[in-house]
Amino acid sequence: MQSLPTPPNLSLYGLVAEFATSEALLEATHCARRAGYRYLEAYTPFPVEGLAEALDFHRTSLPLVVLLGGIIGGLGAYFFQYWVNVVHYPLNVGGRPLHSWPAFIPVTFEMTILIAALAAVLGMLALNGLPMPYHPLFNVPRFALATRDRFFLCIEARDPKFDRTETRRFLESVAAYEVFEVEP
Amino acid sequence: MPEDTGRPHVQSEPPPPIRGTGHTYASVTDKISAITLSRRTPRGWLIGFGVAFLVVMVLLLAITYLLAVGVGIWGINMPVAWGFAIVNFVWWIGIGHAGTLISAILLLMRQQWRTSINRFAEAMTLFAVACAGLFPVLHLGRPWFFYWLIPYPNTMDIWPQFRSPLVWDFFAVSTYGTVSLLFWYIGLIPDFATLRDRSQSPMGRVIYGMLAMGWRGAARHWHRYEIAYLLLAGLATPLVVSVHSIVSFDFAVALLPGWHSTIFPPYFVAGAIFSGFAMVLTIAIPVRAIYHLEEFITMQHLRNMALIILTTGLIVGYGYLMEAFTALYSGNDYEIFTLYNRLFGPYAPLYWLMLGCNVLAPQVLWFRRARGSVPLLFVIALIVNVGMWLERFTIVVTSLHRDFLPSSWGMYYPTVWDWATFVGTIGLFVALLFLFLRFLPMISIFEMRELVAETASGEGT
Repeated sequence: MQSLPTPPNLSLYGLVAEFATSEALLEATHCARRAGYRYLEAYTPFPVEGLAEALDFHRTSLPLVVLLGGIIGGLGAYFFQYWVNVVHYPLNVGGRPLHSWPAFIPVTFEMTILIAALAAVLGMLALNGLPMPYHPLFNVPRFALATRDRFFLCIEARDPKFDRTETRRFLESVAAYEVFEVEP
Repeated sequence: MPEDTGRPHVQSEPPPPIRGTGHTYASVTDKISAITLSRRTPRGWLIGFGVAFLVVMVLLLAITYLLAVGVGIWGINMPVAWGFAIVNFVWWIGIGHAGTLISAILLLMRQQWRTSINRFAEAMTLFAVACAGLFPVLHLGRPWFFYWLIPYPNTMDIWPQFRSPLVWDFFAVSTYGTVSLLFWYIGLIPDFATLRDRSQSPMGRVIYGMLAMGWRGAARHWHRYEIAYLLLAGLATPLVVSVHSIVSFDFAVALLPGWHSTIFPPYFVAGAIFSGFAMVLTIAIPVRAIYHLEEFITMQHLRNMALIILTTGLIVGYGYLMEAFTALYSGNDYEIFTLYNRLFGPYAPLYWLMLGCNVLAPQVLWFRRARGSVPLLFVIALIVNVGMWLERFTIVVTSLHRDFLPSSWGMYYPTVWDWATFVGTIGLFVALLFLFLRFLPMISIFEMRELVAETASGEGT
């Protein structure tokens, strides 16, 4: 009996509720947190202020990734130029210094920006788990409106508090427009 | 704007353009995506793209002939070895700068009016950089060796000269092109998702779906997305200033009279923004009329851009003045002669025409009524485009054709191939714009939805 924990959940990714406004979604998210749900995600057609905080998502390591990218790009470019001009191929032109650092600054600057920008974009995609060709939510036809004018809150089946009927009742109680089951 | 008082962040003038038009999330989404998703291609689009495509063929012909014969087909020779290639390069790269300015700097300054023009201004940047990048490569003489600019371990066991502005240029322009592309693409991801979900054709769903990379608007994703977008804007802002500064180093680091001047970097950056905004107006005015986007690209946008043109035009005028002052004040015979030669030499008509286009014509914009007249704005934008091209011609050619030694003086006349290459890149630019207007959302849809939300909350509904 212990080996079969809530079998119906296995055939379900979760329940997703549709809302008409961002305020309703924000309110419902707060309610769901208070009710003890932890595996939640909200989907909106544009960034909604306060929603990430409502989901208890405060810190992302993205700024650190970008900073590291910039530092690597800058130091890498500078010391590469140093190595080329001083170590690998020193060329004496009229006795001028080999380590002519002001002339190395433009390339150093550009490479700082380039690597930091690449880190920002690739880091954002990687942390978001994109590209992701398949996601269970795309099985819900109404979910196409998440990129138009509708707001969705999904409670995933792996949440310890998840129960097919209880959770549905909860979502309906927080003024959801409609609740859909998401197949995995 | 009394209704602004309750808003969380202080929004100074101008107000969000979408206000009072009765638009909703759904209606802005539908209206903008319909332009891309409609199955029927408008006849006007086909004609316009067809003409532009023919001009691209002229470009291909000119490039093919250049590769077969060499740079001798252009009017360049000693002493004017730079000619049209560098004039056009600087002109195009300058045009690109307005796109980055609108998308990055105005974002950081919370200027919400940028929202409906940033997408196509960014596209304009990208296409202008593509046109710009062609010229220095074609000018190399042996363009197929352009990759020698990249520092890579090679069998010749040599490296690029990192102390040369030309190598700085390569790094600046390629970084600029890459970052502009990233900025543009990252802004498009949520809109690709919208097109994926709204496309009626299986082909559209697959292509837009792949480009959207599975974006589904999760709150955590948006959170990282906004941080990434803001950081990218913060990175692009110093970048855009650095790119035209480095382009100006191509001149300023040389010892030629008329070029060797510390005013060049700021004066080039102002000129770039000046010409770029003129190009944004040149494109925005017909596009908003043809696609009926007056609700999104409002008179407020056009007026703001007119003010930026006026401001940067004054800075450019100050640059001309300081150039003349520095030359006179230096007491250096060669500098003074270069100034005299610009004002009264064989190319003097172009210099005076340039002053008329860049300094005189924009002064009309002091008048409120002039800023409110769409045809007049269009004409002034065109005049500024011409004027800024003339400025680059004046800088490149008048300094080169008469430098220190009178025995090596000469004249530069562009050939038909110079013109074919230049006009060809205009065709390339226009053709790419046509493709962009047809297949990608020209206005950022998700940012318009955001604007609708902010406007609604500001009005207390």
